Amino acid sequence: MGRIQLKSVTKSFGDVQVIPPLDLTIQDGEFTVFVGPSGCGKSTLLRLIAGLEDITSGHIEIDGSVATDVPPAKRGLAMVFQSYALYPHMSVRKNIAFPLRMAKLDQAEIDRRVEGAASVLNLADYLDRRPGQLSGGQRQRVAIGRAIVREPAAFLFDEPLSNLDAALRVGMRLEISELHERLATTMIYVTHDQVEAMTMADKIVVLQAGVIEQVGTPLELYRTPRNQFVAGFIGSPKMNFIEGPEAAKHSAHIIGIRPEHIAVSETDGDWSGVVSVSEHLGSDTFFHVHETGLADTITVRADGEVSFRHGDRIHLTPRKDVIHRFDAQGLRIE
Amino acid sequence: MATQHSRSVARLMMAPAVVLLLGWMLVPLTMTLYFSFKKYLPLRGGDLGWVGFDNYVRFVSSSSFWPAVQATLVIVGGVLVITVVLGILLAMLLDQPMWGQGVVRILVIAPFFVMPTVSALVWKNMFMDPVNGLLAHLWRFFGAEPISWLSEASMTSIIMIVSWQWLPFATLILLTAIQSLDSEQLEAAEMDGAPPLKRFYHIILPHLGRAITIVILIQTIFLLSIFAEIFVTTGGAFGTRTLTYLIFQRVLESQNVGLGSAGGVYAIILANIVAIFLMRIVGKNLDA
Repeated sequence: MGRIQLKSVTKSFGDVQVIPPLDLTIQDGEFTVFVGPSGCGKSTLLRLIAGLEDITSGHIEIDGSVATDVPPAKRGLAMVFQSYALYPHMSVRKNIAFPLRMAKLDQAEIDRRVEGAASVLNLADYLDRRPGQLSGGQRQRVAIGRAIVREPAAFLFDEPLSNLDAALRVGMRLEISELHERLATTMIYVTHDQVEAMTMADKIVVLQAGVIEQVGTPLELYRTPRNQFVAGFIGSPKMNFIEGPEAAKHSAHIIGIRPEHIAVSETDGDWSGVVSVSEHLGSDTFFHVHETGLADTITVRADGEVSFRHGDRIHLTPRKDVIHRFDAQGLRIE
Repeated sequence: MATQHSRSVARLMMAPAVVLLLGWMLVPLTMTLYFSFKKYLPLRGGDLGWVGFDNYVRFVSSSSFWPAVQATLVIVGGVLVITVVLGILLAMLLDQPMWGQGVVRILVIAPFFVMPTVSALVWKNMFMDPVNGLLAHLWRFFGAEPISWLSEASMTSIIMIVSWQWLPFATLILLTAIQSLDSEQLEAAEMDGAPPLKRFYHIILPHLGRAITIVILIQTIFLLSIFAEIFVTTGGAFGTRTLTYLIFQRVLESQNVGLGSAGGVYAIILANIVAIFLMRIVGKNLDA
C-alpha cells in the first residue's frame, strides 16, 4: 500500500514561503512525476514527503494515517538521491544490506533479499566491489537496490538520472519503468526533464514556484494544457505562442500551436517566413522561421526528408483543430 | 613547452636552494653519525678516539633507556588518544551552523599559535601552581586539597599541556574532513533507519578514517620530539624523561657527545619509520 495525501501543506524557509498551501493525492501504485523548472520547489516537496524537511503547516498522510511528525525512517518510504549517496567505504552488498541491518533482520533474510535485489538489477557480479569501482549506471542500480530491499510503501526518486550520459539515461528510464511495472509500488519521481516525465509517468504534476499548475496524465497535459505555462513546458520543441491580430482571429489573447502541428510548403500556406536555422535530426527536421510577422521565431517540425536552407522563404499552415487558445491571464479557453 | 634548454636553465636556477637544503640536512646528520662512533667528552679530555658501536650499546643498556622509551610512548599515546577523540567531537560541534561561527573557529585554533615554551610556562605558573594556580583555587573552592600537579601527577600534567597545544591541529584537519562529507549520505542513512549514533559509527567515522590516520602520523612525528614542555616544567624529573630528553641530558648535562649522538641516531631511525608510513598514506590520498 502506498497512498500519499498532502493536505494544505506549506513550507517556509525563514520569511520566504517556498510552497504555498498545496493539496495533492497520490494513489497506491501510481507513478507520479513532479516536473518543473529548477527552483520550482519540486525537490523540496519530495523532501517534505520523505520527512527530511519539516513541513511548516498542513498534514501529510500515508495510507490514511497522519505521518507529519513521523521520522523519515518510520514512514516506510525509500529514496534514491541525485548523487546516489552510496556509502563509499562499504561493498555493494553491504550498501544494499545497510537498511536491513539497521532494521535488525536476521542474516539469512538479509542475504535472501540482497541476492533477490541483485538479480533483479543485474548486480550479482558486482556485489563485492566498492561503489568507486562502478560506472554511473551501476551506481544508480545499487542505489535503487538499496531502496527496493526495504520493500517500501513508496519510492522517492530525486532527479536520479541527471548525472548520467544521454544513452544511459534512456536505458535507465526504461529500467525504472519496467521496475514499476513489476513491483507495482507507488513511485514519486522528481525531474526537470519533461521527456522523462512524459515517457515514465502515470500522472504528471507540473509545478511552478511551489504552485501546482496542473495534474494529469501525460497526454492530458499535452492535449489540454490548463494554462500557458504548462503548454510551454510540456512538449519538445516548445509550443509557439502568437499574440495580436492573428490570435484575435481565434477570439483569444494568445494562441499556441505546437511545432508538429504546422505543415510546411514551398509554395503556399497561411503564413510565410524565412528559415534561419534548420536542425536535421534524421527522422525529423526542425526549422526556426523568422520574419513571419507573428512572433520572433516560429518553430516547425517537418519530415526528415524535407530540406530547406538558411534564407529560404517557406509557407506554413497550422492545423486548425489543435490550436490552443489562452486568455489575457494565460488560462485556457475551451 | 619545456625544451631541453629551458629545462637545464630550470635546474640551474633550482640548484642553490637544493644545495642549501641538502647541506642544511646533511651536515648535522653526518656530524651526528661521526660523533656517535667516538668517545667525545668536551670537559673531560675531549676527543678520545674511535670506539666503534660502543656508544650504541651503552645507550641502550643504560638503566634510564627503557623508562625513557616507556615515558615517550605514554606521552605520545596519551596525547594522540585525547586529541583524536576530543578533535572528532569538537569538529562535529564546529560543523553545526551557529552564531559567531567564524570567531569561535579562530578561538579554537588559537592555542596552536602559542609557542610551546610559553604555553608550558603559562600552564605551570597560572594553572598548575599548587599555591596560586587556577586549578588549586578551584580545588580549594570545593574544599579539596590542591594537587601539586607537576610532581604528583607529572605525566598527566605534561599530557594535558601537550594535548592542549595539539588539539587545534587535530580539530582543524578533522573539521575539513567532516565538511567534505556529502550530506545526502547522512540523509540516505537516516532514511535507511540509522539512528544518530549508528550514523556516526557507520558513515561519519569511516569517512574520517584517512584524516585520523594523517593526524596520528603527523602528530607522532612531532610528539616524539617534544622538549620545551618538559624542560620548563619538570626538567625530566618525576618519570617524565623521554627519549629526546635523555639525549639532551647525555649531551649537555653529562657532557657525553658520543653517547648522545648514538641516541640521536636511534631517534632518527624511529622518526623515519613513522615518516615512511605517513608518506605512503598521504601519497595514496593524493592518488585517490
